[in-house]
Amino acid sequence: MIWGVLQFPGSCDERDALHACAAASGESHLIWHQERDLSHVDGIVVPGGFSYGDYLRAGALARFSPAMTTVAKFAAEGGPVLGICNGFQVLCEAGLLPGALLRNVELRFICKQVKLKAVGGEGDGERLSIPMKHGEGRYYAPPEQLDELEARGQVAYRYADGHNSNGSVRDIAGVRNEAGNVVGLMPHPEHAVDPLTGSTDGLQVFRALERFAA
Amino acid sequence: MSEGTDAYVEEQAKHRELGLTDYEYGLIVEKLGRTPGDVELAMFSLLWSEHCAYKHSRKLLRRLPTEGERVVMGPGENAGAVDVGNGYAVAFKVESHNHPSAVEPFQGAATGVGGILRDVFAIGARPIAILDSLRFGELDSVRSRHLLDGAVRGIGHYGNSIGVATVGGEVYFEEPYEHNCLVNAMCVGLARTEDMVRAAAAGVGNSVVLMGATTGRDGIGGASVLASAELGDGDEAKRPTVQVGDPFEESKVLECCLELLEKGLLVSLQDLGAAGLTSSAAEMASAGGVGIDIDVATVPLREPDMEPFEIMVSESQERMLAVVEPERVDEVRAVCDKWETGSAEIGVVTDTGLIKIFRGAETVGEMPVEALVDGCPLYDIEPAEPEGWIYGNRETLAPSADPEATLLALLSAPSIASKRWVFEQYDSLVGSRTVRRPESADAAVLQLPEAANAIAVSIDGNGRRVACDPYAGTVEAVLECAQNLACVGAEPLGLTNCLNFGNPEKPTPAWQLDRAVTGLADACNALGVTVVGGNVSLYNEGPDGPIYPTPVVSMVGELPDPSLVAGLGFASEGDAIGLVGPFEPNLAGSELAKQRGELDHGLPQSEVAAVAAACTAVRDAVRTGRLASAHDISDGGLAVALAESAIAAGLGCRIDLQPLRERGCTPEEALFGEGPGGFLLSGPRAELDALGAVHLGEVGGTTVEIAAGDRSIVAGLGTLADAWHSLGSRLDG
Repeated sequence: MIWGVLQFPGSCDERDALHACAAASGESHLIWHQERDLSHVDGIVVPGGFSYGDYLRAGALARFSPAMTTVAKFAAEGGPVLGICNGFQVLCEAGLLPGALLRNVELRFICKQVKLKAVGGEGDGERLSIPMKHGEGRYYAPPEQLDELEARGQVAYRYADGHNSNGSVRDIAGVRNEAGNVVGLMPHPEHAVDPLTGSTDGLQVFRALERFAA
Repeated sequence: MSEGTDAYVEEQAKHRELGLTDYEYGLIVEKLGRTPGDVELAMFSLLWSEHCAYKHSRKLLRRLPTEGERVVMGPGENAGAVDVGNGYAVAFKVESHNHPSAVEPFQGAATGVGGILRDVFAIGARPIAILDSLRFGELDSVRSRHLLDGAVRGIGHYGNSIGVATVGGEVYFEEPYEHNCLVNAMCVGLARTEDMVRAAAAGVGNSVVLMGATTGRDGIGGASVLASAELGDGDEAKRPTVQVGDPFEESKVLECCLELLEKGLLVSLQDLGAAGLTSSAAEMASAGGVGIDIDVATVPLREPDMEPFEIMVSESQERMLAVVEPERVDEVRAVCDKWETGSAEIGVVTDTGLIKIFRGAETVGEMPVEALVDGCPLYDIEPAEPEGWIYGNRETLAPSADPEATLLALLSAPSIASKRWVFEQYDSLVGSRTVRRPESADAAVLQLPEAANAIAVSIDGNGRRVACDPYAGTVEAVLECAQNLACVGAEPLGLTNCLNFGNPEKPTPAWQLDRAVTGLADACNALGVTVVGGNVSLYNEGPDGPIYPTPVVSMVGELPDPSLVAGLGFASEGDAIGLVGPFEPNLAGSELAKQRGELDHGLPQSEVAAVAAACTAVRDAVRTGRLASAHDISDGGLAVALAESAIAAGLGCRIDLQPLRERGCTPEEALFGEGPGGFLLSGPRAELDALGAVHLGEVGGTTVEIAAGDRSIVAGLGTLADAWHSLGSRLDG
């Protein structure tokens, strides 16, 4: 499978994601945000970073990039899309995923290794050790919407007990769309693909989406 | 203009306001053959400031060894660089942003990071790591907590946003930094050696292109006003001289410059830092032996109606200056457009040897490059050793405290306690190179798949010990850095430094600087380590006097296999614990002496050759992968080092310090004494014996038990960990 990794001005983790995609699934390419033709890839990663500086609201500008129009179409057609950190924020801003990411409850950027539980889909219940690093990662949605999300199995990852450092509602670290082909999470699976740098648990996050590739 | 006239008096006042002495002003008049205009006076005042001209330190710095086999770029370039094999070089540099941070810590620290990043990508290296060396007053001061909080947020804001990992650093809290904090930022970059570029302008007729952000009125006079004078009353009014950082703009400029260099579109590249366009243009021209004409009317401005001198001295951030062949300017501008960053042709390289400044057709300045860059007089400092300890003493721990209470007091001392509160605010992972995260080993370890090896980086400098003895303390800083590298199996490739001192025109700071530079030179020569760059920050004083003299030393080392690196934490029950190296603990200058209010002039001298031999032995042992842990004995002595190794592992130890008693140490010296040369290792007994380690005990249990003659410590891991992790609750609580 070939992953395409979007690159916006201000992206930070796109090279890490490129490497992780290759390690997980075999092949990957960078895609400049001005590109509209994504026909050469089987899945899309919207990577972490500070697209357009995130001075307005995280992800609020990147969603208007030309490539995002194609990503929306690609997602609607059932193609796998993974948003990581800023990418998750972009997907929420674009309306491809429900909810929003607010400033961490302690109002500080936090970088640390955390434990996650995979929920639903492949690998349900597995515990993953993956780093988080963000200042605006507190997942939020109104209670009624959360009930619906949970009923429809749209919670994809939760922080394990004691690992919800940003104050996310119901320990939610990541969500999926109804069809399951679009997933976003705040922790960084692309930084957990090499035993030398801490963990290889992140590979599963990429591989769990492979079944949606055409 | 004759003496006594109004015009003469006014001109006198102006040059003094800009930081030039009457003597220096006279020299400028002599070199120009006339009185300087506004633009010229502004430009001279910046380039002849201490910050740019090193006029009180340049002669001393000639003592440092700057040539070595692995050096790719040495002092004088934007950053030093060493060969790491496979056609790759590692560039690194540390620079101070002390006074801006003391005035406005968030922007001061943020732009400190931005500036050092530009220095590294200016030579064509992609920044891969940031480290910071920070100094504040004592933690019980509201001002210090404010400065710490602002500086940490600022460093995080810039480094996190631009996507460069902050992998290490150090923070000390000492009273003499109360008014004048230190923020030293370091950047490490990786480059293909063939893609690297120098800052020398070349090719008469080539275009000078300004890239990146627009030019505004921020930071005007930063180098002369902030960096080259003491802080004092009215610092609030200096806020406009602090620049404002935009990491998003820098991220675009960074990617843009690296793409331009990869495509071979640039003749040379230089960042705009202190003194803005003035120093960049003058230094590029000087390095290339050419002249440059600049038309300020072509510089994209943030606000209209800026005066030519303002444009020339503005320290607006996120700007780079490139020399480009005329036929390639369009291609260069297209790459800038792709990255949505600015570009403008603002000048041309000439053969005149002059910097000429135009506003359209009007000439507003014309100065010989040589006079600007090399014309500043270099001063001899006049050192005088003070009579005794010139800094204060404050007792916070009674001498009667028992050893366990003493250990807890040391572990919770802000300078020793875990800096997790700090480093968790930094992205330490981006780039996927970080093999050892902060506080898991004595040095940061970054893998370099490109060169099929790894590098280790450490940054060190205990100002208190340098204050006790500037020579011995500086030697120790170099040794500690080398020891930290040895603990992860790395061999030093090069050294950079930032010399933070008080006013060099006063005898005591002059003496501290003189002795420290000699110590730095002697230690580097003894270890065979080359100095590839450095930075000097003088005039670090407040109303109460100078800061502790603080040479911050950083080394980059190379190691073949990052998978074999030991951590600082113990690993397995039953492992032997041993001491290697010529460690002769002494309470002079120690954290314990500080807490007891017993600091005094003087430190024992180091056995540099013996420490160097121990570093080699430990490095080789670590590289075999058979040691379980390696930790250098530093602040707080052996008891603190043991506690740190135990806390990191969640494993206790049983120790008897009798061997140190037999070396003549008192129980207190054995437990808490400090000094260079000591390595605390754990692993199989046979491995430690083979290294000639002095056996101290075993790993195991949930308590740290240390016997030292009639003194002993038995402390639970939880109690020790709580003390060591107390910084966060004291800052947030």
